[in-house]
Amino acid sequence: MIIEAGHFALVLALMVAIIQVVIPLWGASTGRRPLMEVAQPAAVLQFVLVAISFAALLNAYITSDFSVLTVAENSHSTKPMMYKISGLWGNHEGSMLLWVLILTIYGAAVAVFGSGLPPAFRARVLAVHAMIAVGFILFILLTSNPFLRISPAPPDGQGMNPVLQDPGLAFHPPFLYLGYVGFSMAFSFAVAALLEGRVDPAWARWVRPWTLLAWCSLTAGICLGSFWAYYELGWGGWWAWDPVENASFMPWLSGTALLHSAIVVEKRDTLKSWTIFLALLTFALSLVGTFLVRSGVLTSVHAFASDPERGAFILLLLGIMIGGSLVLYAIRAPILQPTGQFAPVSREGALVLNNLLLATATVTVFLGTLYPLFLDAINGPKVSVGAPYYMATFVPLMVPLLVAMAAGPLLTWKRGDLLGVTARLRVIFGVSLAVMVGTSFVTAGKFALAPIGIGLAAWVFLGTMQDLAGRVHLFKGSFSDTLRRLGALPRASWGMTIAHAGVAVALAGMTVSTGWSAEGIQVMKPGEQVVVAGDIWHFDSTAPVSGSNWSGMQAQFSVSDGGGHPFTVLTPSRRTYSLQQMTLAKVAIHTNNLANWYVVVGDPQPQGGWIVRIYWHPLAPWIWYGVLIMAAGGAVSLSDRRLRIGAPVRRPAVAAGNTHAAA
Amino acid sequence: MRPLRVLLSVVLAFACLTIAPAWAVNPDERLSDPGLEQRARMLSKELRCMVCQNESIDDSNADLAHDLRVIVRQRLTAGDTDQQVLAYMRARYGDFVLLNPPVDSTTWVLWFGPFAVLIFSGATIGLVTRFRRAPATVAPLSEEEALQLQTLLKSEPDPS
Repeated sequence: MIIEAGHFALVLALMVAIIQVVIPLWGASTGRRPLMEVAQPAAVLQFVLVAISFAALLNAYITSDFSVLTVAENSHSTKPMMYKISGLWGNHEGSMLLWVLILTIYGAAVAVFGSGLPPAFRARVLAVHAMIAVGFILFILLTSNPFLRISPAPPDGQGMNPVLQDPGLAFHPPFLYLGYVGFSMAFSFAVAALLEGRVDPAWARWVRPWTLLAWCSLTAGICLGSFWAYYELGWGGWWAWDPVENASFMPWLSGTALLHSAIVVEKRDTLKSWTIFLALLTFALSLVGTFLVRSGVLTSVHAFASDPERGAFILLLLGIMIGGSLVLYAIRAPILQPTGQFAPVSREGALVLNNLLLATATVTVFLGTLYPLFLDAINGPKVSVGAPYYMATFVPLMVPLLVAMAAGPLLTWKRGDLLGVTARLRVIFGVSLAVMVGTSFVTAGKFALAPIGIGLAAWVFLGTMQDLAGRVHLFKGSFSDTLRRLGALPRASWGMTIAHAGVAVALAGMTVSTGWSAEGIQVMKPGEQVVVAGDIWHFDSTAPVSGSNWSGMQAQFSVSDGGGHPFTVLTPSRRTYSLQQMTLAKVAIHTNNLANWYVVVGDPQPQGGWIVRIYWHPLAPWIWYGVLIMAAGGAVSLSDRRLRIGAPVRRPAVAAGNTHAAA
Repeated sequence: MRPLRVLLSVVLAFACLTIAPAWAVNPDERLSDPGLEQRARMLSKELRCMVCQNESIDDSNADLAHDLRVIVRQRLTAGDTDQQVLAYMRARYGDFVLLNPPVDSTTWVLWFGPFAVLIFSGATIGLVTRFRRAPATVAPLSEEEALQLQTLLKSEPDPS
């Protein structure tokens, strides 16, 4: 009964969404305020209805109601509660409902917090947002309904892939979707601006908090996903350039470009049509990412094409949303005239370079991910694109980006003084160069990227710190003056400093862990020991362990440093999930925040003992710390007062109707 | 058609994902010569396990990946160069086995696309900024805007 109520609530949400599209748009184009005002209550109501629908499905998962098809297919009565809940979004149908729930949360948030927006503009934003909701709710109801019943109900469910039964992966999709779907806000703002034919600094300010929120969530989501791959899959790597990873990386890259170009719109009233384009592109890539992962197209292009219902709907939806917005863009973008002028060497110029490189990087990942599928679809040769391709194309693009990253913030708006900036950066340039040369002596040419990576990390970090020092007049004025300036620095500046420093931290982690990791792969029996990177690993014992839906063995390793002083005990395990008849090796990791000690126990050997894989990953924790620092920088920037206080008030020309679009 | 898809996913899941957590290179595969073994590891990272989703044979624990790792080591022991090993694998399994796709007419878009985009966009930006050198005319204020400006100028300065 509850499930049917949820189903019904979703149908009602579709009706509300349709109303939210039609009435406010009509009101905005005829200048009738009461009609525009329909948008806010509709957005809130739509959220409430979808939340009811989501709660109904969640209830079925929590109570293990196996008369519901998706619950029977993806859950099991013995699963721990956390995974019963995460089972909801661990499958196609449920994840689409989560997607729509987050979409309506954003819509309702604009309705509630968007009181500073001109009524006509807000009506258009919410109407466009509801169009997305209409498409997705229709998709769920027509092709991916999570509320279908199964009769007779099976006595128990089929369970969930044990690999997914992990806290990291339980919370990874919600974060990722908060990011993906958050870019729908940028999309709606962009389309609404195109409909009005007007983009100005106020627009950039309105759209910034939503873009930042989406970017932070996506960054955190990617971080979680990468860390999950590191400790759950037990292969010791953290990024595989897998299409599923790339699917989230593409909107992240173009979203990062969008954040930067929106700054130029806000501060200098130029790069408008490019920023609008990026907003459309970023959401388009989010859509592509969602479907790449969920449609099964990655498994096999032909299997995807042979499931005509879902496949056709997906392509139609993508075509309407992306194609429609691009057509609108082509018609309206020429109206958007820049007013701010700038010289090639200026803050704007540096941000244009940032955008050029990030956009090209996005294209690179896009081609690497989708071109093999395209070749396959047209029955061309089957090719594989892996890490070597990205090392040859993506990585070289990042080098100039990182070089410019330290210099860009030092340049002034409009016309920068390259010589002056070069002079200011000469000390840290020297230091970074020394770091680079020093590193190349240490590696002795073994890992060519290490000196470049470490030198660039030093460069970005020191450059960011120098920019901060310059802003607070460190050593130039009195100490109290510096402190006062430090306190008065806008949160947005802090956000940039923190995020850029995070890039340096992550880069150092990536480079050092790739270049200096050590591994030991061997068959070991309890009582034996092995030396990896100077540390002694002693295999103490094994013991049986069990959980609610698995049983297995746990090994114990004592690790001591070269001097024989033990510093940690690690307990990797092997779990057999009886339902799936599947055995998972659970990694054990010790970290001191500077390095990870990583051990995983594999198959037992016929001659006795187990295959034991031991890794030492220096600076690996910095990879995820760095990415989290980046997300934290975004969050600090989001708390800037100019985004919170009703500062973004636009000249009332638009509020009164819209003379510009009509002109 | 649906069962086919389900079957494929299940097969793939069992071939790779579920077994991958164990790991890849096994102790008994390794060569005693550390130089050759190092080369074998590097080559393994460039070869794809064909039954997996985008995993190299260095990362995959599928049986096929094991077989391929053994073949790589056999070729290296027989005295092949790295290039000869890759060529041997390509001749046997096609381009699909190479994670670094060969440059030919079908992959030009893949290899040169990013650089074409970079050059094209860079040139466009260059041209656009050249043409924009002339000072753009700022649209005059509408009557309402002028009125708003007047009120703003008269009112207290905004502290923010």
